[in-house]
Amino acid sequence: MLRVASSARPTDRFGQAVTVTALVGDKAPPLSVRLQGRPRRAQGDGRAALLFILPALVGLVVFYLVPLVRGLYNSLTDYNILQSPKFIGTQNYQSLLHDDIFWNSLKVTAEYVGINISTQMTGGLLIAVLLDRLTRSIVIRCALVFPWLVPNVAVATISLFMLDRTVGVVNRVLADVHLPGQYFYQSPHEAIATVALVNTWRNVGYTGLLLYAGIQIIPKYLYESARIDGANEWRVFRSITLPLLRPVLALVLTVAVIGSFQIYDTVSVVYGTSPLPQANVLYYYIYTVAFGEGRMGYASAIAVVLFAILGTLTFLELRLLRASRSDLR
Amino acid sequence: MTKKMTPQVHRKSWFRRVRRQPGRALAWGGLVLLLFITLFPFWWMFKEAITHNRNLFGDFGLWPRDPTIVNFKRVLGLATSAEQQAEFPNQLVHLDFIENVINSVVFTAVVALGSVASSSLAAYAFARLNWRGRNVVFGVFLAALMLPPIFGVLPNFILMKQLGWVYTWNGLLAPYFLMSPFAIFFLRQFFLNIPQETEEAARLDGLGRWGVFRRICLPMSRAPVSTLLTIQAVFAWNEYLWPQLITNGSHAQVLTVALSFFVLNTPGVARDWTGFMAATTLTVIPLVLFMLAFGRKLVTNLQLGSAGK
Repeated sequence: MLRVASSARPTDRFGQAVTVTALVGDKAPPLSVRLQGRPRRAQGDGRAALLFILPALVGLVVFYLVPLVRGLYNSLTDYNILQSPKFIGTQNYQSLLHDDIFWNSLKVTAEYVGINISTQMTGGLLIAVLLDRLTRSIVIRCALVFPWLVPNVAVATISLFMLDRTVGVVNRVLADVHLPGQYFYQSPHEAIATVALVNTWRNVGYTGLLLYAGIQIIPKYLYESARIDGANEWRVFRSITLPLLRPVLALVLTVAVIGSFQIYDTVSVVYGTSPLPQANVLYYYIYTVAFGEGRMGYASAIAVVLFAILGTLTFLELRLLRASRSDLR
Repeated sequence: MTKKMTPQVHRKSWFRRVRRQPGRALAWGGLVLLLFITLFPFWWMFKEAITHNRNLFGDFGLWPRDPTIVNFKRVLGLATSAEQQAEFPNQLVHLDFIENVINSVVFTAVVALGSVASSSLAAYAFARLNWRGRNVVFGVFLAALMLPPIFGVLPNFILMKQLGWVYTWNGLLAPYFLMSPFAIFFLRQFFLNIPQETEEAARLDGLGRWGVFRRICLPMSRAPVSTLLTIQAVFAWNEYLWPQLITNGSHAQVLTVALSFFVLNTPGVARDWTGFMAATTLTVIPLVLFMLAFGRKLVTNLQLGSAGK
């Protein structure tokens, strides 16, 4: 691809020079118009553009668009990888309605997202405000964001060890303060909350720094006048920070929710091929159905449902939080 | 004399400040607690990695009684069988993390370079060239950002199966190599900000579009391009779902997959915790180095523009 483009250069160069000179000599559009990036050449750069986007276009078509179409089609088929897909209409979707494991995993995923997102956003806001009011230290910010850079698999392993019933340090501390030991990942009641809080631990610093960056663009004079008026910390947070942070908050929330629904790595590492039903999240269930049971068609149908849920949620969130409108502008 | 005085004066005023603003002291307390919660698990991981397995029960100090590097030797496949026997006799998994580390490094480098190269070309076409349908095509690329990975994973796996690429490097790399919607989105922003005049001057001087891209846009965007390279590298290093599916148990296994394979295939009653922690430490070390090298850049540029993948 690179070779092709560079061999095309001489003609390009010539043609370009002519076009530009012609424009300048003829009637160059006023500067203000040009700055807005309006098309200046009638014929455009179509052929060159095609060469430039070709590699990415191949990637898009082969690994995103074709899979999208295939996935939608496969969801309407009976398909185990060995035989070719057999069209069965909406039968997979009908079976989903009566699939208790599916409904359970939907419930578990909702619990996960609820616990994860609520703690992550609250914690993130707390971190953002603390950083904003206390310090500009780069080292502290680096430390807070560090867990986010670490592989989920590593986070899962570390937490699995620290939360172990017999050798884990957390249970040791609980024993020291005379609290009963907990099974965390292995307890039906605590499993999904444990997975959720472990991932909150990983992401909360990152969320905090994103919100911190959002707070930085709120004009300082608003805070100064609030203080002159004698507003206390809480009042300033409620009346200035929170409302003016809303657009950033909405976007961060949207991205976080989309990410949260895709919980898989932690569950896979902690539970292997047999998770507790209470920790069988949607991603994991799709994975099991597709690669454990080899029912590609059915798995695709669940994936379509997940996709639809994510699309709807994103739309609703952006609407409800009126992300596009800021009180600043 | 004055030099000696300054710290004292400073300390005095610090105490006074704290006493006058108890809220501020409390806030600092909270921040310190958060920092402790954030960093302690990494210390604990490292501490156990240098602990003998026999000391696992009961050694809850911050520094092991009798530190050792034998666990690292074990997971890297460098320990003698006597050493292995002494630490964890019933090891069923063949441990050779050197191979996995190399695989991860190769995977990370190829994915980061490949995706940034193809994405920067596309970003240039979206930011600087005028062509019909540009916005529509860009919209399609952006929409790809929304597609949950699992949705693509199922058909892609079938595709790899048909190509005979399961358990191969080709299969591992293919979906990442050609493009990353995020990378295109990220670079387009920076290419858009290059002044039109600069590009026009370059064209008048006889540069074609390729020349403008290669000699103007890329050099002027060196900072964002290198930031993007590091972000893509971190993503690639952490990748799990696809590598696990396509290389589990094979010779192309990357570090994350090898770690989970190790954890899942070591018997459940008495587990090889110190081995796990040594292997985990191996996955974390490059990120510590990354933080030391690029941490300032990362946290000062961290905004929603670089939020999604």
